[in-house]
Amino acid sequence: MDYLDKLENQSIYIMREAFHKFENLAMLWSIGKDSTVLLWLARKAFFGHVPFPLVHVDTTYKIPSMIEYRDRLVREWKLDLVVGKNEEVLKEGRTYPNGRATRVECCGTLKKDALKAVLEKHGYTGVIVGVRRDEEPTRAKERYFSPRDKNMEWNVEDQPPELWDQFKTDFEKGTHIRIHPLLHWTELNIWEYIARENMPIIPLYFANAKGERYRSIGCYPCTFPIKSNARTVPEIIEELRRTKTPERAGRAQDKESEDAFEKLRRDGYM
Amino acid sequence: MSASALQPPSEQLKIVIVGHVDHGKSTFVGRLFHDTGSLPEGKLEQLRAVAERRGVPFEWANLMDALQSERDQNITIDTAQIWFHTAKRQYVIIDAPGHKEFLKNMVTGAANAEAALLLIDAHEGVQENSRRHGYLLNLLGIRQIAVLVNKMDLENYSEARFRQVEAEYRAWLKTIGIEPKVFIPIAAKHGDNIASPSPAMPWWNGPTVLQTLDEFKVTDLPVTQPLRFVIQDVYRFDERRILAGRVESGTLRVGDRLLFSPSNKTSTVKTVERWNAPSRDFASAGESIGITLTEQIFVERGAVAALESAPPYELTRLQARVFWLGRKPLVKGRPYKIKLTTQEAECQVEAIERVIDASTLETVARDPKETYVGRHEVGELTLRLRKAIAFDVHAEIPVTGRFVLVDGLEVTGGGIVAAGNYPRRTADASLKSDNLYWSQGKVTAEHRARRNGHGGCVIWLTGLSGAGKSTIAMELERELFNMGKQTYVLDGDNIRHGLCSDLAFSPRDRRENIRRVGEVAKLFADAGFICVTAFISPYRADRLLVRNMLQPGQFIEVHVHAPLEVCAQRDPKGLYAKARAHEIKEFTGVTAPYEAPEKPEITLDTDSLNVAACVSRILEFLHIRDHETEISI
Repeated sequence: MDYLDKLENQSIYIMREAFHKFENLAMLWSIGKDSTVLLWLARKAFFGHVPFPLVHVDTTYKIPSMIEYRDRLVREWKLDLVVGKNEEVLKEGRTYPNGRATRVECCGTLKKDALKAVLEKHGYTGVIVGVRRDEEPTRAKERYFSPRDKNMEWNVEDQPPELWDQFKTDFEKGTHIRIHPLLHWTELNIWEYIARENMPIIPLYFANAKGERYRSIGCYPCTFPIKSNARTVPEIIEELRRTKTPERAGRAQDKESEDAFEKLRRDGYM
Repeated sequence: MSASALQPPSEQLKIVIVGHVDHGKSTFVGRLFHDTGSLPEGKLEQLRAVAERRGVPFEWANLMDALQSERDQNITIDTAQIWFHTAKRQYVIIDAPGHKEFLKNMVTGAANAEAALLLIDAHEGVQENSRRHGYLLNLLGIRQIAVLVNKMDLENYSEARFRQVEAEYRAWLKTIGIEPKVFIPIAAKHGDNIASPSPAMPWWNGPTVLQTLDEFKVTDLPVTQPLRFVIQDVYRFDERRILAGRVESGTLRVGDRLLFSPSNKTSTVKTVERWNAPSRDFASAGESIGITLTEQIFVERGAVAALESAPPYELTRLQARVFWLGRKPLVKGRPYKIKLTTQEAECQVEAIERVIDASTLETVARDPKETYVGRHEVGELTLRLRKAIAFDVHAEIPVTGRFVLVDGLEVTGGGIVAAGNYPRRTADASLKSDNLYWSQGKVTAEHRARRNGHGGCVIWLTGLSGAGKSTIAMELERELFNMGKQTYVLDGDNIRHGLCSDLAFSPRDRRENIRRVGEVAKLFADAGFICVTAFISPYRADRLLVRNMLQPGQFIEVHVHAPLEVCAQRDPKGLYAKARAHEIKEFTGVTAPYEAPEKPEITLDTDSLNVAACVSRILEFLHIRDHETEISI
């Protein structure tokens, strides 16, 4: 069994634990590489089926081809898609691209609040999320089963112990749990796995004619492509093995202050 | 290691860094990361700038301590994982903290590691957590350990001081049975003996830290141990029933005859199921797969499949060594939950044989009448469970020999099963006498359901006399009882002779009979029981009356069906013969009507299904209701 097999088997185990433990379970799907790998792993865990709905938080500022790609996979893989949107803030135009909110405020309403609303509306008690420990330091602190309180807050100072694949599965009413089956994967692992499985991935990650590609995808006003000539999955892997630039370097909202991302996360951001 | 980074990493090793608070773990990790060329571009500069802006000296430890609260407290509060490469492979470092308050985080980190680096401050020497962490590493099953004697710069790089610390700590490790791979003198702050030999310590001709790391071995998966395939869930789709789980040890092959514990049933592996993977007719330790069986037996989450030649123990009592993390001490007479593989059971501490201070190895003296295991202590004890679970002795098969304890809602301890003079399994009969009872204040249906692991409900068997209701009811009760469920059967024998001895068989009396049975069944369901009733109950309206007494979903109508001729032929009580001879008036199916259910939850055709298959169908239905694991497209 090689290291990719180990990562895969561990993720499948976690996903099945989540499916057993939560009656009302959903999975966040951002259309990006990580949550698409997660979706693929769900099909592995459940023998070709995805037995829970996928939640996509649409800020309406997503790169347009992301939405096309999403809808195509929903049709082809027969997925149950639930879309969350902060209609109120969008209607009032209180967004960063309109110049009426900072980047972090915009993330706060269009992503965090929209997510909170869609989770509440459907009463999901467990949410599978594709975050990885190596993404940035705040995420390094996560557990596989990570409780959020009634206000969706994350108590990072007092987290449950996790040993021998025994996760925290007993909760107060009103608690909701984030489940992180990809926590132990790295960005490189993700691409190595995509290559091995020969699985589909949104083409935004591949270099275009201008010699640019996205390394991390999100909203177009705040996500910038990197200079790259990597046009295939093996070329991306080769590029990542050489790079020393952090993955989220193209994400502007992380840079507003030293602990911007940490604050968003404590308040319930993915 | 930029040149080697182009090679695909062939393996990954998970390591943990432990030791007493302020002995330099975070500094060491920061330096290691820098020295292996693994820092993200700009990170070092960013942190130097932050330090300057705050007017404090730059600390290597800040690389790891990115959280605001950590910088304020100057303590690493949680296991952070970071990655780096050497020429040989990729490493995942778990930066486990040393502050006593955060022992649960150290345990979380160490339980997931394959090797450990334990740091000791050369100046301060061996401290409380140096010893406790050594003990816990051993208990958690970590066998590859290197000891780094840090801050050698504060001791003028003195070999004598290094040898002194080494001798003291080596002696301690020996008492707990650990033989460390090596002791290395380092000064993390300056990078001495981390990636390259230290010019300040020319007397040291041993390995550097990186060389030592590369000599550690990736833990072998336990493929050669006896098979333990642990069921996580049962999925049904496309008319197929897949038992999903992970092979924890050994190898499973198509054609293997499997014994499922604790139900003690056997069946044969028909297929090994995977999705988008090369088809193989076997699966080995570490693989999350599914299987189908040739004979359909009832199996649910928690079952452990083994070969008949080497089964696990199935008992309600076990001996264990437990390390306790709870704020409230571990005491006798309080209910806890044990989680071992995917099995869960309520348990109690029956006896505490010894309480150990893990930092001195001394027995903690306590009044034997009021003994307990306090926070961060280790207890050698006997646990008594409410139902039998399948397990192994940790020294023989670690994956099925370790568990956690849950107090209320929190995971508050971990433990390993100690060797003992165990019988192989608890006889079914002794389960009854082993039932424990603990009273609680205001007991709600939810409390009962949480304890029982199931809610209360009524399984209402209806059908002609001779259709098989009583036979199924008795067998179902036996199965549920052996699975640790609360269950009771109401039938003609225990109702007609007592509660309803004043009633005859007119439509009116039949209706009253069913109403009373319904009320009694409801009480049982309220008490948290799976109540099984076996009455002909021929009228739809009467059954509807009972259905309406119960909460939606609590009434499960089971039509036990066989053609009248078949029932008459079976005639177990000779009643059909008497009815035909007009010795019995108003006999259902002969001289009185039977109104078959229109939409029963379950129909059992006893003409073609045997008793075991009928019981299986009902158990499966209960399972779906409990866990909603049915998949459909």
